[in-house]
Amino acid sequence: MFGYLIKRLIQMLLVLWVVSVIVFLMMSFTGDPVFMVVPIDATDAEIAQARRLLGLYDSLLVQYWKFITSLVQGDFGRSYVFRQPAMTLILERMPATVEMVLVAMVLAVVVAIPLGVYAGANPNGRLSRIIMSSSLLGISLPGFWVGMVLIYLFAVNWGVFPSSGRGDTAEVFGLRVSLLTWDGWHHIALPAITLSLGTMAILLRMTRAGMMEVSRQDYMKFARAKGATRRDVLYKHGLKNALIPVVTIFGLQLGDLIAFATITETIFSWPGMGKLLIDSIYRADRPVIVVYLMLVALIFVVINFLVDIVYTLIDPRITLK
Amino acid sequence: MKDAATPVLLEVRDLRTYFHTFSGTVRAVNGVSFEIGQGEVMGLVGESGGGKSVVGFSILGLIDSPGRIEGGEILLEGRDLVTAGEDHLRDVRGREISMVFQDPMTSLNPLHTVGRQMDEVLRLHSDLRADTRHRACVEMLESVGISRAAERLKAYPHQFSGGMRQRVVIAIAMLANPKLIIADEPTTALDVTIQSQILKLMRAQIADKGASMILITHDLAVVSEMADHITVLYCGNVVERGRTRDLIENPAHPYTRGLIDSIPDTSERLDRLNQIPGSVPDIRTLPAGCNFRDRCPRAQALCATEEPVLAPQHNGLMAACHFPLQPGERP
Ligand SMILES: Nc1ncnc2c1ncn2[C@@H]1O[C@H](COP(=O)(O)OP(=O)(O)O)[C@@H](O)[C@H]1O
Ligand SMILES: [Mg+2]
Repeated sequence: MFGYLIKRLIQMLLVLWVVSVIVFLMMSFTGDPVFMVVPIDATDAEIAQARRLLGLYDSLLVQYWKFITSLVQGDFGRSYVFRQPAMTLILERMPATVEMVLVAMVLAVVVAIPLGVYAGANPNGRLSRIIMSSSLLGISLPGFWVGMVLIYLFAVNWGVFPSSGRGDTAEVFGLRVSLLTWDGWHHIALPAITLSLGTMAILLRMTRAGMMEVSRQDYMKFARAKGATRRDVLYKHGLKNALIPVVTIFGLQLGDLIAFATITETIFSWPGMGKLLIDSIYRADRPVIVVYLMLVALIFVVINFLVDIVYTLIDPRITLK
Repeated sequence: MKDAATPVLLEVRDLRTYFHTFSGTVRAVNGVSFEIGQGEVMGLVGESGGGKSVVGFSILGLIDSPGRIEGGEILLEGRDLVTAGEDHLRDVRGREISMVFQDPMTSLNPLHTVGRQMDEVLRLHSDLRADTRHRACVEMLESVGISRAAERLKAYPHQFSGGMRQRVVIAIAMLANPKLIIADEPTTALDVTIQSQILKLMRAQIADKGASMILITHDLAVVSEMADHITVLYCGNVVERGRTRDLIENPAHPYTRGLIDSIPDTSERLDRLNQIPGSVPDIRTLPAGCNFRDRCPRAQALCATEEPVLAPQHNGLMAACHFPLQPGERP
């Protein structure tokens, strides 16, 4: 177990290092940040001076070394635009994104698993067919389109939900949380629904496929031959087995949600780190982009680690090695 | 077909189980009848696809759509299971009749401990308290030859070998003292060396409890050692049945003769010529007449037009053949 954790930790660091290289190269080959830091009427001498300060005259290797050592020391640079530490900027906006992603994930799971189980257990039922057709829509409709339709219907036409912003928040341990106020719920509803649909559809189809696969297994028939009810067999013997593949993609889906959150946040003007990322890309605000990418990479790595742990809790055949 | 003295436990009359598939109706079991006396072992033999497993699942009421029991009776101590409701069937399953499947690697739930899967039977069929159930499980596991049983109850199926898993499956099947065990090819998936151990174990278990058994197999050598009576299935029909010794020594049906001749003789190497020629026909498109006629060395014109029915033969055998073999006669 201890050996496993060490191994995993080294793996995670390796992944983060690779990401840092990619991020660094991407940053080096796109745009010239010097114009972000000098005033419009700067002289050539001032520009050269700024270049020197940013270390842009060094070789790539030296630049990378400076980049990685400051990252490791926790110095993530200051935003060119806000003149504030980039990390602070991101962390300020992260709770809003995390909140939206979590609400979307919970929504997706709560809807997808029961419906998927039902559709898998009654593959020929009329309701199952409706569920499956709807899930196809969920997979194939692009999120930004769904978002705009929802805004049109619920915000513009009926005026039941606001179309943008985060609304009132309550403060807990210094974090601003929407979910503690009615107005916050009101604001998070549309973006969270928009964000969840794709994941919901995928989880639903995975659950259904898992249930159908599991229904054919001998141990299901054997359990019925013991005298268990069809229902018990389905839920006590089938469900857990069916969910193993679902857990596997759970981590990936969570990553997807974080990635797609940038689009959803832009559509709904949700003040999260995804919107900050898009804004920073427009402004070539390098330090913010770097921190965002490194942070998301870290989240990915940690989530996948947690998924592996959950995996071993569900399936005794898998051990941490 | 059971001995006159033993009371009947299970009587199957004219059982018909069909599967309504897209490519046509599969008459998997098409008018099968037999009886099993209390404490008896009946061998149900025939080539793969003959309908043996479907007979087993029909008895337990475990035929799933697109399959259906279309007709006949399955009388357990006089009570018909075909017309019984699901509630009654659930009481029967595991308690009165239990089943052992072919592949022990897949018949246990990989995510539940062996103990939990054993306990489930007792929870379903008894009012025993948890500690009593636990003790019963330990005893049962020991009696199928698994040492350190209390500890092993906490293990998961993947921690057992195939043979050990089949012992667990047998333990589960015996746990509620059923009157009848349906063992569907219980040793086919196991190593040859383990096969005879498992068969011995099953024989000991049913003798101990006075239970009856339907031993399903395609291996006549196995049933000839274990069974009191044998029923031979071909294309969903009983083609011959009778007491084991009579049937093995002097079968009346050429198909049975073929099965016996294809038993590999341990003293000789397996001779290809001993196999029954041809293969089992597609049961969706069976022509009129005897289903076996295309593979039968004795077939004549009559066999193509008229389907033979089960009729008494020598030594009390019943066989469905227009030209049955006489004792000592070779086809
Ligand atoms: N679920 C099913 N759907 C369609 N046909 C089936 C199904 N189960 C069994 N059958 C058919 O019933 C026939 C008998 O099968 P089975 O009882 O498994 O044979 P055996 O056990 O003697 O090898 C086979 O032709 C098989 O194809
Ligand atoms: Mg079979």
